Amino acid sequence: MANRSVTTESALVRWLLIGLAIVILTLFLLLPLAAVFIEAFRRGSEVFIKALTEDAALSAIKLTLLAAGISVPLNTAFGLAAAWLITKFRFKGRSFLLSLIDLPFAVSPVIAGLVFVLLFGARGWFGPWLKANDIQIIFALPGIILATVFVTFPFVARELIPLMESQGSDQEEAAVTLGARGWQVFRHVTLPNIKWGLLYGILLCNARAMGEFGAVSVVSGHIRGKTNTLPLHVEVLYNEYQFSAAFACAALLALLALLTLGLKSLVEHLSGHSAKGH
Amino acid sequence: MKSRLLLTFVLASFASLPACKKSAGTAGGTVELQNVSYDPTREFYADVNAAFAKKWAADGKGEIKITQSHGGSGKQARAVVDGQPADVVTLALAGDIDVIAQKGQLLPADWQSKLADNSSPYTSTIVFVVRKGNPKGLKDWGDLTNSGIGVITPNPKTSGGARWNYLAAWAWAEKHYGGDQKQVLDYIKALFKNVPVLDAGARGSTTTFAQRKIGDVLISWENEAYLIEKEFPGETEIVYPSLSILAEPPVAVVEKNTEKNGTTAAARAYLEFLYTDEAQELAGKHFYRPRNAAILAKYSAKLTPIPLVTVDKDFGGWAKAQTTHFDDGGTFDQAYGTK
Repeated sequence: MANRSVTTESALVRWLLIGLAIVILTLFLLLPLAAVFIEAFRRGSEVFIKALTEDAALSAIKLTLLAAGISVPLNTAFGLAAAWLITKFRFKGRSFLLSLIDLPFAVSPVIAGLVFVLLFGARGWFGPWLKANDIQIIFALPGIILATVFVTFPFVARELIPLMESQGSDQEEAAVTLGARGWQVFRHVTLPNIKWGLLYGILLCNARAMGEFGAVSVVSGHIRGKTNTLPLHVEVLYNEYQFSAAFACAALLALLALLTLGLKSLVEHLSGHSAKGH
Repeated sequence: MKSRLLLTFVLASFASLPACKKSAGTAGGTVELQNVSYDPTREFYADVNAAFAKKWAADGKGEIKITQSHGGSGKQARAVVDGQPADVVTLALAGDIDVIAQKGQLLPADWQSKLADNSSPYTSTIVFVVRKGNPKGLKDWGDLTNSGIGVITPNPKTSGGARWNYLAAWAWAEKHYGGDQKQVLDYIKALFKNVPVLDAGARGSTTTFAQRKIGDVLISWENEAYLIEKEFPGETEIVYPSLSILAEPPVAVVEKNTEKNGTTAAARAYLEFLYTDEAQELAGKHFYRPRNAAILAKYSAKLTPIPLVTVDKDFGGWAKAQTTHFDDGGTFDQAYGTK
């Protein structure tokens, strides 16, 4: 009895802590999630399905997938390049670049949206030129994509940098000594080493891209069936007293999030296996 | 393999950009109009758009598609100035379209004389919405400053409806205190002390009051007040104060945009349609006050006639009202900013 480990608390403390954790989890995570689904199905599955298949909802879903489908690959390419540069090379301004990559995390999404209005709006810096050339960026698809790319910028890079940092560049150096060229080193040495981290980063990036509200809200014109993404569509429906429809779309977003989390766990599971296989 | 996939994605994304160069305009014979409007008109314009499209097709002009954007009137005007490609604007007050004319240079300064009745095909006014049975006994503007009363109204900086609310309250106080400016300002200060939530638009305030059940009284557009009765039956009551304001929500063609989109004629026809009997009936049905006297009379059982001040007569027009009350350092800043 007296030999008990010092890290073990008394039963009372343990149950109190566990109970507190469960209460907090229920209140802040499970209950809101359950509320979304209950509210979505309040008026039956018919209303639920109709809410997701009407034109405005379908176009919002399409726009959301398109914005994610463009910004995620762009940020994947960027994140890979940035992580490669930062971890495999030492150069002047390296830490500045690191902070720059983190900028979208630090800046409020609303500011991110407003910055694009300032740059590309009709009275913005490039406004007159864009207008003269009949190019619409803000209040149209390009603006929505720009805003999404901006807010999801750091996810892949941030996921890869610590991983690649810890792996060092020994294997790459060995490959170079054996005569491999840059691209070969990347494809056959670096990429296999980081693939799970990369996938994980892509999933997080995608989750945020589909769920972004603030920045997109500023640059979208809120046109029904045109420039409303799914999160914006939820707000519109809510404002139109279509609470069941609003929550149906919210449930779809929640489902996408759950799916992402499921995939994430799967990736963790698989990467754990592959690590053992080494 | 992966890199090729990536490249395809990137290329596809760039290829899709020119496609959205022209977001409004003619697409394969279909005319497209973008109507940038304020908050409580959602249901009204949904009906108007359907009726207009039907008439357009019946006249043998083909297909017309009208897209809507709704939000606080001031915020919407700001978006059009910043480049939202609106073909027509149907906002809560003339001051907001003036902003588009001045700052955006998108329509002529005399836009308001282009259509009949100050370019306002329908009017409205400001009323109170209280909980069923009026438990706090709120009858007039003076009751709203009682202690313990929660007053819901949107932010006059971003919402057009809120500016009408504000001026209506001001007009009552001015009459009540015999024009003593200090007492009027004190009244406004006390009023805003009772505001627990200041939403950006009228619809936000409505959901705060009706859905989230915050506050005892909502200062609201008359049409929005009746909409609440429809959406939340048996939960609220409408109270007409002793004095309110004639709200004239104006409409205008954003000429610079329609010239670019080639939609000027369609946009003009769309706004003129608002003055037809058919659209005036729809206005009455959605609790706006139709300009057409005969149609207004049909709806007068609900749209109670009460004494109304006007911005032009009692506040010297919107330009003056805007600088005196709502611009930086105006009476609203004095009443709300310095607590």
